[in-house]
Amino acid sequence: MSALPIIIVASLFLSALLSVLVGIWQRTLAYIIALAGVGISLGAAAVGLFRVLDNGNLHHYLGGWLPPLGIEYVLDPISAFMTLIITTVALVLMIYPPEVGLSQAPRKGIPLYGLVLLLLTGLAGVVVTGDLFNLYVFLEIYALASYTLITLRGGPAYLASFRYLILGTIGGSFYLLGVGFIYFSTGSLNMADVARLLPSLYDAPAVTAALALIVLGLGIKMALFPLHVWLPDAHTEAPPIMAALLASIQIEVAAYALIRILLTIFQPQYLSGWLPVTSIIGWFAAAGIIISSIMAIAQKDFKRMLAYSTVGQVAYIGLGISLANPLGLIGALLHILNHAFMKSCLFLVAGGIRQQTGFTDVSRFAGLGRRMPLTMAAFTVAALAMIGIPPTAGFFSKWYLALGSIDAGNWAFVAVILVSSLLNAVYFFRIIEKVWTTPPKSEPSVELAKEPVKRITAPVTILAVGVLVLGLINAVIVTEILRPAVTQLIAG
Amino acid sequence: MFEMFLGRYVYAFIVGLLVIGLYGMLGKRNLVKKVIGMTIFQTAIFLFFIEGSTKLGATVPVIDPQVGTEPALYVNPLPHVLILTAIVVSVAIVGVALALLIRIYRTYGSLDEKDILKGMDK
Repeated sequence: MSALPIIIVASLFLSALLSVLVGIWQRTLAYIIALAGVGISLGAAAVGLFRVLDNGNLHHYLGGWLPPLGIEYVLDPISAFMTLIITTVALVLMIYPPEVGLSQAPRKGIPLYGLVLLLLTGLAGVVVTGDLFNLYVFLEIYALASYTLITLRGGPAYLASFRYLILGTIGGSFYLLGVGFIYFSTGSLNMADVARLLPSLYDAPAVTAALALIVLGLGIKMALFPLHVWLPDAHTEAPPIMAALLASIQIEVAAYALIRILLTIFQPQYLSGWLPVTSIIGWFAAAGIIISSIMAIAQKDFKRMLAYSTVGQVAYIGLGISLANPLGLIGALLHILNHAFMKSCLFLVAGGIRQQTGFTDVSRFAGLGRRMPLTMAAFTVAALAMIGIPPTAGFFSKWYLALGSIDAGNWAFVAVILVSSLLNAVYFFRIIEKVWTTPPKSEPSVELAKEPVKRITAPVTILAVGVLVLGLINAVIVTEILRPAVTQLIAG
Repeated sequence: MFEMFLGRYVYAFIVGLLVIGLYGMLGKRNLVKKVIGMTIFQTAIFLFFIEGSTKLGATVPVIDPQVGTEPALYVNPLPHVLILTAIVVSVAIVGVALALLIRIYRTYGSLDEKDILKGMDK
């Protein structure tokens, strides 16, 4: 028994409560508490990752009740890796000024930091929990925090948030129904215990129904094509920090939950049996990659384009999961990490541009490279990574996904990855060219535009440098963390 | 055939509720009706869990010396506890949904999806 898994979640949760209470009285202190909460969680996640890699999984039994009766929190290589991504990205995003990033200055009566921390609590909880029902509760905690945070800009955001709420609830309910089927078949909710009991029940129709319902539910939560309909509106209307959090971590945590269910609880051979879940996910993901890239090309609004690109990137992760072989999973997990950095950087750049010029349309970005060189340089790095140009991080995850597809003998997926990289190049190079080579238009908003304040440029730069560094050290990440993690996952 | 139906009529009822709920959420244009559909949908799932926990001739899950300690004589308490948690979650979701509806109504003056979209284009 180790306290680390619970510290990761509890420090976020307690600082959420504390920052709400303190925020009534003093806002700066609430911010410091929020930073401290995320910082402690980040520290615990980092220590946890090293311990897990050296000494094996860490378990925490809530209230001292041993599984399968009690709720168990487990830190294994993959969950430690995911918590580290969540807390790192969150800490970088918290530097960004809330007036710009959340479209509202934190004022009395609006517990902004509390809500963001609750969102992070839910995400961290989904990652570390070892209990199927507990996972549902955390799914809904982060979903509720997301619904409220999306609305901060007002206007069309209310309807976008409402639609997301309806579909998100359908997703969560399907998941709960699936858990019900599993519980009534096995009599257990503990993931390790269920994994042990299920193989003897593989012939039961209830187990197949459970698998189908859970995949459908989590598919809605992670916006896997064609269940992504809520995503473009919600991510476009959300304020920059929220859009960055939603696209870079929130969606990916649902993808992580899907990996857990498909590979920890069920065995790969079952998934390709009577109900070929993995190949269904794979082909839908392949279609999603192509269609969402084409949709992204058609968008004029910068954030909307990024939102469609998120649908495509999540489909990459879905593709990697569906391959269910070591290389494909390494690709999926590496893509979760890379996408967290690339997409949050791009959304923060979008926020910076909007704050300086008020522009949201891609067509008006002409010549902004000369007015705000640092922000635009960061944008260029992140955009090149999205296309997948070495040595940026994006290249390597696509490389592993392609290797995984070849390994599975599926050349169609390799073609999909190549074609979609070209499509990505179309919509990003269009902007890169406009930003750097077209001369700035002589209108007041462009003339007056300058580099945003340091609190905006700092996180953008950190994330862009992160994209480059992750690309350079990707071999270390793969051999030290992901390979042992994936081996453990597939071996069960 | 009829015997089979008698044994499972609760599940048929639950599936019926799930379908009504889904239709309300996805088929209705009025946003309040969508929320109602959502509540029906979630309630159907709660009923599914509760139905799964019942046993014929069993009593409340508090150990009674007169009944004995045989597990088959007591109803399974875990689904009830799970559903209590799930009800709390669904109350929170309905609360947020209604708060959103208030904001939508104040902004667009309507709760009909078509009118709201018309209001957005203006």
